[in-house]
Amino acid sequence: MSSNSFSYNEQSGGGEATELGQEATSTISPSGAFGLFSSDLKKNEDLKQMLESNKDSAKLDAMKRIVGMIAKGKNASELFPAVVKNVASKNIEIKKLVYVYLVRYAEEQQDLALLSISTFQRALKDPNQLIRASALRVLSSIRVPIIVPIMMLAIKEASADLSPYVRKNAAHAIQKLYSLDPEQKEMLIEVIEKLLKDKSTLVAGSVVMAFEEVCPDRIDLIHKNYRKLCNLLVDVEEWGQVVIIHMLTRYARTQFVSPWKEGDELEDNEKNFYESDDDQKEKTDKRKKPYTMDPDHRLLIRNTKPLLQSRNAAVVMAVAQLYWHISPKSEAGIISKSLVRLLRSNREVQYIVLQNIATMSIQRKGMFEPYLKSFYVRSTDPTMIKTLKLEILTNLANEANISTLLREFQTYVKSQDKQFAAATIQTIGRCATNIVEVTDTCLNGLVCLLSNRDEIVVAESVVVIKKLLQMQPVQHGEIIKHMAKLLDSITVPVARASILWLIGENCERVPKIAPDVLRKMAKSFTSEDDLVKLQILNLGAKLYLTNSKQTKLLTQYILNLGKYDQNYDIRDRTRFIRQLIVPNEKSGALSKYAKKIFLAQKPAPLLESPFKDRDHFQLGTLSHTLNIKATGYLELSNWPEVAPDPSVRNVEVIELAKEWTPAGKAKQENSAKKFYSESEEEEDSSDSSSDSESESGSESGEEGDSNEDSSEDSSSEQDSESGRESGLENKRTAKRNSKAKGKSGSEDEEKENEKSKTSDSSNAESSSIEDSSSDSESESESESESESRKVTQEKEKKTKQGRTPLTKDVSLLDLDDFNPVSTPVALPIPALSPSLMADLEGLNLSTSSSVISVSTPVFVPTKTHVLLHRMSGKGLAAHYFFPRQPCIFGDKMVSIQITLNNTTDQKIENIHIGEKKLPIGLKMHVFNPIDSLEPEGSITVSMGIDFCDSTQTASFQLCTKDDCFSVNIQPPVGELLLPVAMSEKDFKKEQGMLTGMNETSAVIIAAPQNFTPSVIFQKVVNIANVGAVPSGQDNIHRFAAKTVHSGSLMLVTVELKEGSTAQLIINTEKTVIGSVLLRELKPVLSQG
Amino acid sequence: MIHSLFLINSSGDIFLEKHWKSVVSRSVCDYFFEAQERATEAENVPPVIPTPHHYLLSVYRHKIFFVAVIQTEVPPLFVIEFLHRVVDTFQDYFGVCSEPVIKDNVVVVYEVLEEMLDNGFPLATESNILKELIKPPTILRTVVNTITGSTNVGDQLPTGQLSVVPWRRTGVKYTNNEAYFDVIEEIDAIIDKSGSTITAEIQGVIDACVKLTGMPDLTLSFMNPRLLDDVSFHPCVRFKRWESERILSFIPPDGNFRLLSYHVSAQNLVAIPVYVKHNISFRDSSSLGRFEITVGPKQTMGKTIEGVTVTSQMPKGVLNMSLTPSQGTHTFDPVTKMLSWDVGKINPQKPPNLKGTMSLQAGASKPDENPTINLQFKIQQLAISGLKVNRLDMYGEKYKPFKGIKYMTKAGKFQVRT
Repeated sequence: MSSNSFSYNEQSGGGEATELGQEATSTISPSGAFGLFSSDLKKNEDLKQMLESNKDSAKLDAMKRIVGMIAKGKNASELFPAVVKNVASKNIEIKKLVYVYLVRYAEEQQDLALLSISTFQRALKDPNQLIRASALRVLSSIRVPIIVPIMMLAIKEASADLSPYVRKNAAHAIQKLYSLDPEQKEMLIEVIEKLLKDKSTLVAGSVVMAFEEVCPDRIDLIHKNYRKLCNLLVDVEEWGQVVIIHMLTRYARTQFVSPWKEGDELEDNEKNFYESDDDQKEKTDKRKKPYTMDPDHRLLIRNTKPLLQSRNAAVVMAVAQLYWHISPKSEAGIISKSLVRLLRSNREVQYIVLQNIATMSIQRKGMFEPYLKSFYVRSTDPTMIKTLKLEILTNLANEANISTLLREFQTYVKSQDKQFAAATIQTIGRCATNIVEVTDTCLNGLVCLLSNRDEIVVAESVVVIKKLLQMQPVQHGEIIKHMAKLLDSITVPVARASILWLIGENCERVPKIAPDVLRKMAKSFTSEDDLVKLQILNLGAKLYLTNSKQTKLLTQYILNLGKYDQNYDIRDRTRFIRQLIVPNEKSGALSKYAKKIFLAQKPAPLLESPFKDRDHFQLGTLSHTLNIKATGYLELSNWPEVAPDPSVRNVEVIELAKEWTPAGKAKQENSAKKFYSESEEEEDSSDSSSDSESESGSESGEEGDSNEDSSEDSSSEQDSESGRESGLENKRTAKRNSKAKGKSGSEDEEKENEKSKTSDSSNAESSSIEDSSSDSESESESESESESRKVTQEKEKKTKQGRTPLTKDVSLLDLDDFNPVSTPVALPIPALSPSLMADLEGLNLSTSSSVISVSTPVFVPTKTHVLLHRMSGKGLAAHYFFPRQPCIFGDKMVSIQITLNNTTDQKIENIHIGEKKLPIGLKMHVFNPIDSLEPEGSITVSMGIDFCDSTQTASFQLCTKDDCFSVNIQPPVGELLLPVAMSEKDFKKEQGMLTGMNETSAVIIAAPQNFTPSVIFQKVVNIANVGAVPSGQDNIHRFAAKTVHSGSLMLVTVELKEGSTAQLIINTEKTVIGSVLLRELKPVLSQG
Repeated sequence: MIHSLFLINSSGDIFLEKHWKSVVSRSVCDYFFEAQERATEAENVPPVIPTPHHYLLSVYRHKIFFVAVIQTEVPPLFVIEFLHRVVDTFQDYFGVCSEPVIKDNVVVVYEVLEEMLDNGFPLATESNILKELIKPPTILRTVVNTITGSTNVGDQLPTGQLSVVPWRRTGVKYTNNEAYFDVIEEIDAIIDKSGSTITAEIQGVIDACVKLTGMPDLTLSFMNPRLLDDVSFHPCVRFKRWESERILSFIPPDGNFRLLSYHVSAQNLVAIPVYVKHNISFRDSSSLGRFEITVGPKQTMGKTIEGVTVTSQMPKGVLNMSLTPSQGTHTFDPVTKMLSWDVGKINPQKPPNLKGTMSLQAGASKPDENPTINLQFKIQQLAISGLKVNRLDMYGEKYKPFKGIKYMTKAGKFQVRT
C-alpha cells in the first residue's frame, strides 16, 4: 500500500518526496543536509532515491547499505524520513531492517518517529502472535517520551495476551519503559505482579529480569510465586535461569533462617538430600535438632541441583553461588566439581570462575582440596589465569600437600614469564608464614633464589625474605649479610629499600656491616630512587641512635643531602628526623625517646590473600570480580534471626477446603502447602465477602462453571487441575448450601472474566478446545445424577431444617441438588468472549506441537462398592465409588466418595478414620470427622488416596465414637487413570515412543454386534477412566489416559480385524498396570 | 543488561557496533585500548574492565575482541557466556568467524544480533531457531536472492520458540536419515622432566550430527556409564533419565550440536599414549646449545598415533636453531622464538626424532629454564578412557536411521616439562 504512494510520487516528478525529506531533515540537522559534505550527500541522495523506488529489491539494497553504515558507526540519521516511510512494507526483510534503523535513530528524530507508531499499533492487534510480539518489541524500543502512554497501554494489553511469547516480550518492554520514564514505576509494578503469576516458562525469566530492574526491593511480590518459580526453574531457558537463581538467592537470605549452625555439619548428609520435604521434616523432628530447614528453603536447594549440569557456565556459576550463600555448609561441596569443570572452558570463563574459587577457597579449604591438581599452572596459560591459579594453590596449601606444592612452585619460579615467577615467590612467602613446618625450607629456598640471574626474581625474593625475617624473632644474621652484599648488584628500588630497611632494623646484629652500607649509600644517595632515599634516611637515623660514634658524620651528610632533595617527602622526612635525633636546645622530650621510636618492635606484616576482602560481595557478581561495588549491585542481606512468616508463600488451592473444615484448619493448611500454587487465590478470598449473593448469582455461576470447564479442561495440565478442582467441587463431590453456591457463582464469574482478559493458559489450550467430548457423556452423566438426586432430595429437606447447628456438614451435604444444572462438561463455546475466540483461531497455526491435557471423564460409572456392610458395621454402612475426577487433595491422588448410611435408630457420633495401614508409598487424605449422623441419615464425604499407580489395598479403620471397623479399598485398575484429550496424531506419536516392552496386546474374539463403535466405547469407558481419541479409521478405536500418580500415558487401542476378532493393544510405561488393564478389558470386550 | 557490542580487530579498529539501548559512544572503547596496551598480549587483556560509567566485558576469539558494554551489575559470566554464544552462532552461520566474513555479511550479522538480544536480554540463542528466523547465507541462496529479490529472512516465523522443544525446528525433512556421534576425548596432562606424570585427566565430549526427519526421540546408552564422573548436557537431555538409569534420552536439535561433555573420574589411571625423550642443554661457555627430542608411542592399545605436532616456546636467548628431523617438517620463528615440528604419523619401529643445535645470543647468560614442550596428537578409533556406546535407539518415527559412532582421542593441554 505504501509502495503505491511512492510510485505516485515518483511519477509526479520524482523530486517532490525527496524535497519533502530534505526539508524535514534540514529542520532538524541543518548542517547535515547541505554544505561541506557534498560527497556524502550525493551518496545519501542516491540511497534516498532507491528507498523511494517502487521496487522492493532496490529498497532492500538501500536498507542493507544503510544498515551497513549503522554497523560501521556512520551517521545515517538524515535518511530518517525516507526510511520511516517503509515501515509498513510488506517485505519482511525490509520491514526488519527499517525496524533496526528506527530503533537506532528514533531517539534523535522524535517527531518523525511518531509517524511510524500507528503501524505498530495496528500490528499489536495482528492475529499472528509473532507479529504482535515484534511490534511490541520495536514500539517499546523507540525511546520517544511522547509515546509513553501508548507503550503503557500496549504493555498492559500484551501482558494479558494469550500467547506466552507476547507476554515474554511484554516483560521485556517493562524494563524499556521503565528506563524511559521511571515515573511509570507503580503501574509497571502492577504489570510485573500480574506477569509473575504467569505459569509459562517462557515468561518466568523475563519477568524476573524486569522485577530485578524495576523493583528489586518488592520482595513481597515473590512470596506467592516462590514455589512456582522453584518448580519451573529447570524448564526455564538458560538465561532466565541465571536471573531467577540470583533473585531467589537474595530472597532466601531474607526469608529463611541460617542453616549454618554448629553441629549442622553432620546432619544434612547427601542421603536425605533426595528425600521429600515431609520425610526431611519428620526426620529432623525426631532427632529434635534445634534447626529445621524450611521446606521451601529445601525446595530451592533441591530444585537447583540439576542445573549444575548445565552447559551454560553462567547457570553453573549461579547455582554455585546459591549453594555457597544459602545451603548448609555440608552440602556446598557438590559445587566444586562443577566449577572445576568450567575451568576447561574459554579463558574469560576461567578467569571469572577462578576468581570465585579463590574467594571460596579462603573460607572453606576442604571444598577444593581434592581438585588441587586441576589448578596446576600450564606454561600456555595467560598470565592472569596463572596468577589466579597460584592464588588458589596458596589458599589450598596445608601441611599435607605443601611439599608437593613447593616442588610445583620450583618449576614456576623458573618460568620464562618473569612476572609469574615473581608472583610465585610471593606465594612461597605466604606459604612459609601460614605453615610453620616449612618456614625454614622456604626461607632457604628463597635465599638460593637470591643468586638467580634474573633481577625481578631476586628483587621479589628480597622483599619476601624481608617480610619473613620480620616475622621471625630468630637470628638470621647470615642472610642479612648475604643480602647486604646484594646491594652492590641489585638495582630494583623496592629490593634495595627492603635490604636497607632490614639492615637498619637489625643494625645491632650486624654492627660491622651496617655502617659500611650506609657509607656506600651516602655516596650514591643522589642517584637513588625516592623509595630508597627514604630508607637511607631511616637507616642513617637508626645507626645514629645505636652507633653514633661511627656514623654521626655520615648521617649528618645524608641529612644535608636530603634537605635539598627535589622530593618534598624526602625533605619532610629529613627535617623530621633531624629534629628527632640530633639533640639541640629546641628539641623537647621527644628526642629522648627517639631510640624507642625508631627501633620499636614492629608488628610483622600479614601476608594475606588479595581475595580476603571480597567475600562480602555476592559470588558470581560483577562487583565481586572488580572488588568494587558496581552500579546497581544489590547487597545480600544477612540471615534473619527469626524467619519471617513462612505462610506468606502458601498458595491455597481451594478456598472451599478451608470452609469445610473449620476444625481441621491447621492441618488443611499444612497439606495445602504441598499444592501447586494458584494465582486466582486472591480473588477467591475477596469473594468470601460476597457471601450474601443469592440464587441469581448461581444462574450465571453455572454458566461460568461449565464454560470454565470447557476451556480449562483443555488447557495445560497444571492449569486444569487446580482450576477445575473448585469447579468440580460444586458438581459432584460435595454438597453445598446456597451460600456456597452464590459464592462459587461469583467466583467463577470472576474467573471467567479474568480468563478472557488474562487467560494465561498456553497455546495448548486452543488445540484441545475443539475436542468437545462425545454426546454419550452428558447422557450418562445425567443418568447418574438423576439417581443421586433422588437420594439427596430427601436429605435436602432434613438438612435444611438442621442447617444452623450443622453448618459444617451442610456445606458438604448440599451439593447434589446442585448437580442437575451443572452437568454438561463440554458445553459449546459461546460463553467465550468473541474476541477470545478470534484470538484462539489466530493461534491455530502454532498449536500443532501441543500435547496432552487432562480432560473430563467421558463416563462415570454408578457402580458402588461396599466398604462396610451394615451388618458388620453395627448399623453403619459405607459404600464408596470413584467419581473419576482429579482429586482435590493432591494431584497424585485418586478421589473416592464414600457414602455413609446410618441404618440404626440412634445417632452415630464422631465418624472418623482411625489407624491407617498403608503399604509403603501410599498416601491418604482422610475426610474430616463427622460429628454425628442422624438415624436413617446418610452423608457423602470424599477422600483421596494416592495408590502410587498400583492396585495395592489401602486398609484403614473407620471409627465411630464407640467402635472401629477395619475396612479396605482396593482400586480397580481402571480407576487409577485420568482421561486425557489428545489428537490422533499425538496419540500415534506417543504410541510410537511406547513400543517394545511398553506394549501389551491381546486378541479378542466376540460376536460382530459387540464390535460396534458405541458398544466398544461403552465397555471400555465402563472399565477404565479413559478418554476417547477421535479416530480417522472406522475400525480402530483409541483411548488415552494418564496414570494419576506418575502421569504416565496409558494408550488403549482396539483394532477390529476381519471376522470377529479384534486386537487390543495397550501402550504404557507402567507395564504392570497395562497388563492388568489388558486382563480386565479382554473378558469384558469379548463377552456378549 | 548488555547495552552495546563493539567488534574490534587485532589492529584496534572498531569494525562493527550494535546498540540495544540508547547509543553508547564508541569512545568508551578507549578504555579498552588502554587496557590492551598495558596487557601487551591479546590474551592478557582482562575480560572485565571498569570505566567511570560503564563496564567493558570482552572475549577474544578468532583474533577479534567482542566487547560488550554494560552499565549495571550483572553476573559477568552471563555476558561472557553470551558473547561466546554469539561467536559460536557466527561460526555456525558463516563457517568461519573472521573480520572479512563479518564485514561481508554485515546485514545478516545485524539481523542475527537483533534477534539474539532484546533490550540487552537474550531472546533467541538457539541456533536452530535463529536459522529459521534468518536463513544463513549460502552461495546458492545468494544467487537466487539476487535474481528473485527474495530475502534471507524467514517468512515463516518459527514455532520452535514456543514449543516444548525450543531447540528443534519443526517440519524437518531428510531423504537420508542419519545420526552420527563422535566421542572425542582429550588428555590433559603435565609430564615432568623425568617422564613421570604430574597430573593427567581425561575430558570428553560427544558431538552429534543428527539429520533425522520429524520429531525423533533418541536414547543412547553406554556399556560403562560409571566412567563418567561429571557431566554437562545439552538442554535437550532428560536429566531424570540420566539420574535414574544412566541413559541419555533426548529429542535432538537438528544438525550439529554438543550432546554431552564429561569428565572421567579421577580414580581411573590415565594411560599416556606417547612419551617424549628430550635432551636440551645450554652451556654457559659456548654460544651453542644442544637440542634433541624423540617422540614415541606408549600405551596406544595397538592404534597408530597421528597428527603429531610438537611446539615449544624457546627462551629469549635463542637466536636460531639448526635442526634436522627424521621425519616431518619443522619451523623456528626467530621473532616469537616459537619452534614447531609437524611430525605426522608415528612409526613405532622408528620413533621420530629432531636433533640439532641452537645458537644463543653471545654474552647473554644461559636461560635458567628449559622450554616446555607442547604436544598435539590424535588417535582414531579409540576412546582412551574405555568409554563405549552400547546402543542408540530411536522412538517416535517409523523409518530406520543410519547410525554411526566414531571414537577419537586427542591431546588436550598436553605439556612436557624439560
